[in-house]
Amino acid sequence: MARTAIEFRNVSKQYTNTSQYAVSSVNINIEEGSFVTILGASGSGKTTFLKMVNRIYEPTSGEILFFGESIKNLPIHEYRRKIGYVIQQVGLFPHMTVAENIGTVPKILKWSKEKIAKRVDELLELVALPPHDYKKRYPRQLSGGQQQRVGLARAMAADPSIMLMDEPFGAIDAITRQNLQEELIHIQKKLNKTILFVTHDISEAFRLGDKVVIMREGEIQQFDTTYNIIVKPANDYVAQLIATQDVVQRLKTLKAKSVMLPVDSSISEIAFRVDKEESLHKVLTYFLEHDQNHVLVEEDGRRIVGRITWEQLKVSTKQDKVLSA
Amino acid sequence: MITYLLKYYMQMSTLLLEHLHIVFLSIVISLLLAIPVGLLLTRLKWLSTVVLSFFGVVYSIPSLALFAFLIPIFGLGKITAIVVLVIYNQYILVRNTLTGFASIDPAIIEAGKGMGLSAKQLFLKIQLPLALPIILGGIRIATVSTIGIATIAAVIHAGGLGVLLFDGLRMNYLPKILWGTILSSGLAYFSNQILLSFETKAILKARGEYHDDKNDYDISL
Repeated sequence: MARTAIEFRNVSKQYTNTSQYAVSSVNINIEEGSFVTILGASGSGKTTFLKMVNRIYEPTSGEILFFGESIKNLPIHEYRRKIGYVIQQVGLFPHMTVAENIGTVPKILKWSKEKIAKRVDELLELVALPPHDYKKRYPRQLSGGQQQRVGLARAMAADPSIMLMDEPFGAIDAITRQNLQEELIHIQKKLNKTILFVTHDISEAFRLGDKVVIMREGEIQQFDTTYNIIVKPANDYVAQLIATQDVVQRLKTLKAKSVMLPVDSSISEIAFRVDKEESLHKVLTYFLEHDQNHVLVEEDGRRIVGRITWEQLKVSTKQDKVLSA
Repeated sequence: MITYLLKYYMQMSTLLLEHLHIVFLSIVISLLLAIPVGLLLTRLKWLSTVVLSFFGVVYSIPSLALFAFLIPIFGLGKITAIVVLVIYNQYILVRNTLTGFASIDPAIIEAGKGMGLSAKQLFLKIQLPLALPIILGGIRIATVSTIGIATIAAVIHAGGLGVLLFDGLRMNYLPKILWGTILSSGLAYFSNQILLSFETKAILKARGEYHDDKNDYDISL
């Protein structure tokens, strides 16, 4: 079992001069290495929830643990340097170059110049901005999408184990957003970071998250895998939220691995293969275009780990019927 | 006029230096007061309105009246002059310090905090360079207005270029009046230009338009 990276113990937050709780009695365990999205409408408390983790806001009551230690007992600046922080407005330092922005935390941590320079190049490569072209630019010379890439690189500079992201792609056009989402999934899988990602976009929440937290009026409605939320919503609110997406949209957010039946990897059948991270939408497209009734699911481009049949796909789209099955 | 210059250039340069002395001291003292007050007020929003309107009212008092008002306390001479100039400058400098820090995008501050910058690092590396253009603008306006008001301080025996002006007026002697005018306005003009060049440089730096190829990874202060 993975370790618990972040734990909320009965955490509530009430802003001064308001009678309502922004976040009330939240208990949650975030496992190390998981990608958790936090979904909610504005005013649901999702941002407050996120910003209590790096102590931008302090909880009114309750306790937050970072790998088992109460964050109140950790020296605040050192603690924050272990957490990557990305916000919607990006907040790049306009008077510093891209390289200086990314190198800010390493510089504070007194890394050598060579090590910082190397790290900057490495991170720029990771976020698909060729270092040679970009490291000497200033933020105003970048497009919105490029700025957020730099924001992401800056947050990862000191190799934090946890990343907090507050609607990072909210102000970015749809095409660029999709690219960034794909790259973020790729980065997360590659580096095995724990990511807490706030969004109000349902398809973004389901596409990115291994698990989704659904929040409403300061309370967690459901915290589960994307698959479980879709097939067994915890209450009417969640069911309604899911229902706003049509079947095709829902299939886009579900991954092959969530419905496949595990099979022996030695299988040598000739059939269409999809990656386990691939969406069910692709599987459906295949079924509709070919006269086949199953596909194989593979991992790392070689190993077969499961299969999906037409029947299973049908079942996964009828959320409530799965419960009784 | 030239004859006057040749004959009295020693006295004139003494008066010019005296003027510079008064202006320099006033600006330094003003800054030592205004910057901390401005910084304090960025944290206390409710107080900033009160303090700024107070300084605004004081700023509207004619200088001659303020000099007269303070003579019973500080006597005739430089001290009263400097006190008055410092009081006037507070309005401009506190206001600009406050505006300078308030104009920084809150997202930049939040990002800096979230990254784990301490209050001191945040101030020196982020806030100060970004607020600097507006603060420098305040210093420039304050310096020019101090050079002007300081001429009036000659009335209370503080010395400076005002001596030339007022003596010339009293004696109805044109060269003196002209030299007083030329020197004080020239001083104001050049101070303005010099400070403006610093300000422009600070603006370019804050916007990320100032290009300096060395120190790639140095976060310049």
